[in-house]
Amino acid sequence: MDFLRPATWEEALAAKAEHPSAVPIAGGTDIMVEINFDHRRPEYLLDLNRVEPLTEWEVGADTVRLGASVPYSRIMERLRTELPGLALASHTVASPQIRNRGGVGGNLGTASPAGDAHPALLAAGAEVEAESVRGSRRIPIDAFYTGVKRNALAPDELIRAVHIKKATGPQQYSKVGTRNAMVIAVCAFGLALHPDTRTVRTGIGSAAPTPVRAGDAELFLGAALEEGGFWESGRALPPALARQFAQLAAGACNPIDDVRGTARYRRHAVGVMARRTLGWAWEQYRATGRPLEGAA
Amino acid sequence: MTEPTTSPATAAPGPAYSGDAGAAATAAGAAPGDARAGTRTALGGARTAAPVGTPTRMTQGSRTRGGIGESTLRPDGTLKVTGEFAYSSDMWHEDMLWGQILRSTVAHAEIVSLDTSEALAQPGVYAVLTYDDLPTEVKNYGLEIQDTPVLAHGRVRHHGEPVALVAADHPETARRAAAKIRVEYRELPVVTDEASATAPGAPLLHPGRDDHHAGHVPHPNIVHRQPIVRGDATAAAGRADVIVTGEYVFGMQDQAFLGPESGLAVPAEDGGVDLYVATQWLHSDLRQIAPVLGLPEEKVRMTLAGVGGAFGGREDLSMQIHACLLALRTGKPVKIVYNRFESFFGHVHRHPARLRYEHGATRDGRLTHLRCRIVLDGGAYASASPAVVGNASSLAVGPYKVDDVDIEAVALYTNNPPCGAMRGFGAVQACFAYEAQMDRLAAELGMDPVEFRQLNAMEQGTLLPTGQPVDSPAPVAELLRRVKARPLPPERQWETTEGADVRALPGGLSNTTHGEGVVRGVGYAVGIKNVGFSEGFDDYSTARVRMEVINGHPVATVHTAMAEVGQGGVTVHAQIARTELGVAQVTIHPADTRVGSAGSTSASRQTYVTGGAVKNSCELVREKVLELGRRKFGSHHPAWATAELLLEGGKVVTDGGEVLGDLVEVLEDEVVEVEAEWRHRPTEAFDLRTGQGNGHVQYSFAAHRAVVEVDTELGLVKVIELACAQDVGKALNPLSVVGQIQGGTTQGLGVAVMEEIVVDPKTAKVRNPSFTDYLIPTILDTPTIPVDVLELADDHAPYGLRGIGEAPTLSSTPAVLAAIRAATGLELNRTPVRPEHLTGTL
Repeated sequence: MDFLRPATWEEALAAKAEHPSAVPIAGGTDIMVEINFDHRRPEYLLDLNRVEPLTEWEVGADTVRLGASVPYSRIMERLRTELPGLALASHTVASPQIRNRGGVGGNLGTASPAGDAHPALLAAGAEVEAESVRGSRRIPIDAFYTGVKRNALAPDELIRAVHIKKATGPQQYSKVGTRNAMVIAVCAFGLALHPDTRTVRTGIGSAAPTPVRAGDAELFLGAALEEGGFWESGRALPPALARQFAQLAAGACNPIDDVRGTARYRRHAVGVMARRTLGWAWEQYRATGRPLEGAA
Repeated sequence: MTEPTTSPATAAPGPAYSGDAGAAATAAGAAPGDARAGTRTALGGARTAAPVGTPTRMTQGSRTRGGIGESTLRPDGTLKVTGEFAYSSDMWHEDMLWGQILRSTVAHAEIVSLDTSEALAQPGVYAVLTYDDLPTEVKNYGLEIQDTPVLAHGRVRHHGEPVALVAADHPETARRAAAKIRVEYRELPVVTDEASATAPGAPLLHPGRDDHHAGHVPHPNIVHRQPIVRGDATAAAGRADVIVTGEYVFGMQDQAFLGPESGLAVPAEDGGVDLYVATQWLHSDLRQIAPVLGLPEEKVRMTLAGVGGAFGGREDLSMQIHACLLALRTGKPVKIVYNRFESFFGHVHRHPARLRYEHGATRDGRLTHLRCRIVLDGGAYASASPAVVGNASSLAVGPYKVDDVDIEAVALYTNNPPCGAMRGFGAVQACFAYEAQMDRLAAELGMDPVEFRQLNAMEQGTLLPTGQPVDSPAPVAELLRRVKARPLPPERQWETTEGADVRALPGGLSNTTHGEGVVRGVGYAVGIKNVGFSEGFDDYSTARVRMEVINGHPVATVHTAMAEVGQGGVTVHAQIARTELGVAQVTIHPADTRVGSAGSTSASRQTYVTGGAVKNSCELVREKVLELGRRKFGSHHPAWATAELLLEGGKVVTDGGEVLGDLVEVLEDEVVEVEAEWRHRPTEAFDLRTGQGNGHVQYSFAAHRAVVEVDTELGLVKVIELACAQDVGKALNPLSVVGQIQGGTTQGLGVAVMEEIVVDPKTAKVRNPSFTDYLIPTILDTPTIPVDVLELADDHAPYGLRGIGEAPTLSSTPAVLAAIRAATGLELNRTPVRPEHLTGTL
């Protein structure tokens, strides 16, 4: 196994062009586990730790350009206001040590349906900035996940950053695991209210071959909020509405039975999380600006 | 062969400890190159220097007296917390090779062919060994029944069974070479439970068995069967006003010690081998290793390397024989370290069990009888299964008075992973079932579950179902009273002025609830565990104690073969020596096989038995020292002849406190040394038909109260508090006692809500051999654990102490289950509980 250590982004792109089979490594929190368990032995590891721009972020007018290697702990500390859903998701990643190392680029590169960041990115709305020696492009997050642990990157491309829409309304994130910390998701749910566009977006993790949105649930809730004048009135949501939303969210799952949980449980739990996160987010919306996150 | 280098003086010196700066210098001076190590070289013909990471002697001093009953600090504590402690996996030797084991990828198969040629041809590979390379006629090993092949011979019986060995100059080279060994398997049908193991025509795991249990078992796929029959359960059932029957399932728990199996074998010039290894019982290993190597035991010199936890999982051999075989074959030191994946296949687990229980009780709350059948899955090899059967059956009734019982326990041979010793050892599974039964009986009778238990609680003098009287305090009712009397944690304890603190809620930082769906439950349980090896086993220990003057101070050296696996024995031995010999400085010699056996660090027995041996040897040394004093100074003071004399504060004193002399002057340049064996009271085997017999030495009792918050919609559990009350007889080191109780409590919590090795029933393959999917409690899963320690002396034991390590592991699990049942109203007859069980989504 050869270990490539580019000093700059340009060198990294050149190395990836020369060795398309090279596996990029930044925090190593996923790749090193794979290697330790002998699940894979890539011919080349492409170490991105010297490429400093990857650990930087810029807050723009409408989006945050988040470098691929910005660690989860930094997102929790510095981007809670702009990216509340992703910050909550970051809280659920493994342990403090791993949150200091791992970043969203790794989650996207691996594209595991269990990646903690995915539901938050889907719910917020995001684009992946992919780059190669051929040039740079933006891949909408909805088109990024192409199969189980597969994504839309070309073999010579690296993830430079993620452009995530800044929150214009409340965002929530829940994840079920069978331990109260440091656990891989059995399933997860992200919800973002977008009062500016009067839309709702969602993301579901670990309950389908790829991270998915609950499209029917989003449309239903968007229409119900619009037709009921809820955005203006800020009235409490009728329980039947939340239940219907939960049912549609559960219906968006296409889960499997595995050692971490049954398909039935996953569907059930996604429904419960959809209902609860909607409740929290809507209360937050009604309270206008009062954050209602779990005090962590 | 090149000579090994001396350990660098600056290297982490392994378990070298001291209580003050002066002692640290002493410890450093006693590094492996010292005179005593040199003596070993001369005697044993071993190499002149020990490898890096070899444990060194640990000198402990204290400005206080540091005797028994004080919370002296662990000498290894700071080293472990700061990462400086040398574990067995940290050992290093110049010129060493790395061993790798090739394991079966299927659970049950005939090995059709095995081709090592390509592996052997790899550059850097020094040896590839298979069954055909074993040097003697002894090709199996085992704790009690020698049924475990060193390397598979024509057949593999479980997933992950060792098939071949590789030694190479780099671990990656060894790993790749092992992958190039071609094994052709022809898969055989698997047996995975009692029905398939005893079905007509079931494949026999060990055809032609001739072990000492083979004659009395009803089927060759049953390792051992122990009935216990006392009184007349059928007649007694007729007197019952209520009868409660339950079927319970206990999942397969792993010891999940953090230090993987590892060690270093160094070939010696005399044809022998020096083996440094993390284990629980050096002499038991030795007895199994030497015959396979074809060496006399004195040529296999074992030293305990730093042990990263054990919990029963190191009672059986793992890499010991493999490393020695490779070292002797290549003539080079060989190190083997399992990774986490391999570790899940490298040691036995806790027996999963199915338990059918029937209890009766009268309307006024008295138990009438117990009928039960406990089926333990021992997997492919016997390991400790027979003894686990003995415990499960003899303790099946729990700490209760029941005169009429009909009990049966069996262990199966199946193609599942081998199961054996784990903290609690058969008593854990039984406790899970009988405590669930107690709650159900109380509910049937409309009684308070604690009062019902107290009404039936065993006391001193109660007869066990084996007919053996409990002849020391048995404060079962009092322990329950204490945990119940404790104030409950406040309701809705997660609420803060800032909103919900998710860390105090089920789901934790995963942010699944802010209080929605959360219901509190409270549950109680109590258990009984035997201490020490039972059923007639000659359960002794050996201690060598030496006393001399070094640098003007009297110093005691304690040398035993006790495996320090984290229990704190090295701390306690120094406390005992200070108490008995009145010295401040005590040096604990590394554990090795140059002293007699200490027995296993198992069965909560080491403080009792090796502690007892240290006390006994100290007393013998003290007699010799006093004899020296009488010879030298007897004429100076009549009290030398007439008073009872003690050693205290470096002086000889009378029991009235009068100082007769200084130990430095009594000893001068004399060295007083004693090595002696020490035994607790003998026990008897259980009758094979009735189970009657005085099989146990001592008992340990603990009670728990669990307070849980359950998210009833998502099926997630947060244990808020797990209070424990335990009788420890005498707390030799109160801090260590509380640590043991909290650790055992947490391990019991783990198997209540998350810990389980999942085996595919169709293939008998392990589905979750990793810490990603085998979950153990984190600190956010670990509740407040208030501990109430009772000290009711057992007059038969040294200082009145009781072995304490296992009892808290018993009652913790059923207490948590009871609390979850209370919160949810569900029956929950299996552990661990999964979210699916709580939400009806299996």
